Amino acid sequence: MLQDNVEYQKKDLPIKLSQLGWLLFSAGLFLGVIGFFSDQHRALLNYLMAYMFILSIGIGALLLIALEYVGGADWSVPIRRVVEFLAAIIIFLPILVLPLIFNIHDIFHWAHKDIAAADEILKGKSPYLNETFFIIRVFAVLAIWGLFYFLLIRNSNTQDKTKDQLLTKKNIILSAIFIPFFAITITITAVDWLMSLEPHWFSTIFGVYFFSGSVVASLAAVTLFVVKLKENGYMHPELVDDHLFSLGALQFAFINFWAYIAFSQYLLIWYANLPEENFWFLHRWENDWQYLSILLIIAHFIVPYAALLSQPAKMDPKRLKFISIWILFAHFIDLYWLVMPNVNGYYFSWIDIIVPLLAIGVIILIFNYRANKSNLVPIGDPKLQKGLDFRVP
Amino acid sequence: MKRTNKLFGVAALFNSPNEIIHAAKVIADNGYKNFDINTPYPVHGMDKAMKLKPSKLGYITLAFGLSGAVFAMLFMYWAMSIDYPQVIGGKPFFAFPAFVPVTFEVTVLLATLSTVIGLLTFMFGFPHNKQPLLDTNYMKNVSADKFGAVIYADDPQFNESKVKELFTSLKSHSVELVFEIEKETYPIFQPKFLMLLLAVAVITSGTTYFVLNKLLFMQPFNWMVYQDKITAQEKSDFFSDQYGMRTKVEGTVASGFIPYPYSGQTNPTETLSNPWLPTKKVLMLGQKKFLTFCSPCHGNYADGDSRLRGQFPNPPTLHSARAREFSDGMIYHIITNGQNVMSSYASQVTREERWAIVNYIRVLQRAKNAKDSDIEEIQKGLINASR
Repeated sequence: MLQDNVEYQKKDLPIKLSQLGWLLFSAGLFLGVIGFFSDQHRALLNYLMAYMFILSIGIGALLLIALEYVGGADWSVPIRRVVEFLAAIIIFLPILVLPLIFNIHDIFHWAHKDIAAADEILKGKSPYLNETFFIIRVFAVLAIWGLFYFLLIRNSNTQDKTKDQLLTKKNIILSAIFIPFFAITITITAVDWLMSLEPHWFSTIFGVYFFSGSVVASLAAVTLFVVKLKENGYMHPELVDDHLFSLGALQFAFINFWAYIAFSQYLLIWYANLPEENFWFLHRWENDWQYLSILLIIAHFIVPYAALLSQPAKMDPKRLKFISIWILFAHFIDLYWLVMPNVNGYYFSWIDIIVPLLAIGVIILIFNYRANKSNLVPIGDPKLQKGLDFRVP
Repeated sequence: MKRTNKLFGVAALFNSPNEIIHAAKVIADNGYKNFDINTPYPVHGMDKAMKLKPSKLGYITLAFGLSGAVFAMLFMYWAMSIDYPQVIGGKPFFAFPAFVPVTFEVTVLLATLSTVIGLLTFMFGFPHNKQPLLDTNYMKNVSADKFGAVIYADDPQFNESKVKELFTSLKSHSVELVFEIEKETYPIFQPKFLMLLLAVAVITSGTTYFVLNKLLFMQPFNWMVYQDKITAQEKSDFFSDQYGMRTKVEGTVASGFIPYPYSGQTNPTETLSNPWLPTKKVLMLGQKKFLTFCSPCHGNYADGDSRLRGQFPNPPTLHSARAREFSDGMIYHIITNGQNVMSSYASQVTREERWAIVNYIRVLQRAKNAKDSDIEEIQKGLINASR
């Protein structure tokens, strides 16, 4: 049953993919630069959304790799490389974050020393929310992620050549160390970049909220790439619908998890109805933002839930492709909902288009860059054949 | 179990999960419809190998889950918004977010229970303890470490020798014939059984009655419920008038008691003088007590605009000319004695606190009707406006 020699021939991804990536990226960049000069504040907020979109997919993918090792999963081994390629986003984050760091005063009003000094609440929060410590935190978090990415991927790539089984064990230990770090760093990221846009507001569940959304989004991206690559014959030929079923089931689970966390946050704030907490939701329920709030519930929970409920739906490639794109769209709405209502008097504008263009372009380019550097199947992994043999009961 | 000569099926044992998957595929490919596979643990990919249709169990789960959601939501709507509407925490009668967790729980509860019960009744034909495969060598092995396939005799193309041949060609290491079980009937209304039923009923009800009505009232099980002391409203054999509750001995006075001679009078002729100076400490005490006991009706600033307005006879404002002309003693008397609908607050507020409230009311009255001269006094530092 277990064979040592898995037949796999490496094929380069089509040039069309990188062309599409460059097209989206340059269009996004071009529009972004125009947007920056026409409405600087809005363009920066949009870039923040794009950055968070890219970041959430990258770090979600790294968590999925860690989960595979820690949980001892077999089924995900044949598709792990796709997840690794998406996780490669992490090493580009220190570059992508620079425009935000340079314009920190335009994004966060707590970053102005005079405003923070005049505000009683911001004064109390200033030991944490100040520019120096913020920048230290941002790069420390990115450094931790980069370190774990580097170690995990290096082991995985070395295994292709040496077929050393001990590397899997090393990665299991690394992943187990990574997961607590992940829990803390993702909370810091969510609090720093998204919650501090409204620095008077606080919600202790916010880190979990962002984490659930980012895992959903990166699962959707993984599923989309896997289905597309499988359709075009780039994946291992023994990869079947049963593997897609597991991806669909995970998506379904995390959609529910996101709804659970989002609702918990809302319910507690609604119940207590304290003025220092509820204004955040009130901002999202007035001046027509309520339509976006309702759209978020429908797009991020009800539609994917209904679409993925039945067992055949979870393994139907067409359905998965559609719902993955849908979830990525919903994740964009989620970020829009988190960022934009903090700014008074802002409604939809043409500048908002640059987020999907830029973010998707960057993700495709990084994926393509990494995919051409290593095998699409981890041929050295001892669990590969077992993973390929995986079938739904 | 007694078995008849009628063949129920042919069972075969295999050693590994791969063999059983292969066997299931071959049996299904040979056109057998009525066969089954028994394994010690779930073997992945078996449904496909056996060419089984997707289970219908999910529809039961879905139907009951949905009805659970609808039922829970409708019930809470009826109970909380129609039958017994109450304001809870200032939320609307139909407080949707608060109902969501309960709806979720009921949905999950009904969905899971219906799945288990549906599985047992529709799929397994519960109790089904007469399955001919039970108590065979085959069943002993597949519930330990072997993998088994059985082709039932009621399959349309069943042929004993052909099936045996098929199993041997699949390299099964043991092929077994399983025969039907003889039908046995157990009459329910046997005298013996009825007597047993009766005996059980008498013993259980008798024991229950004895324990709940007799035993628990005996020592030591009553845990000192009955004691020799006399409780309120009880008859006493000790006193000649047989009253358990005694009146005070004539002429006794409680320690610290100071009589209030004006109770019941609407307008006492003698004036009481205020023993407190309006110091900060006194005013803080007065404010605290005023907000606790007076503000529910008179309002936080004594305007008569309280939060209970409309649910109770409206109290007057304390800023009227009449109220402002009251002497300190008169206000004290009203708090102590009550006036019109207002009842006495003597039991809730101590004498010192009452005088402090009087001082605080004076502060409110003066603040509400501030004169220009007051501002001058503040500027001179005679009044500390910042408390």
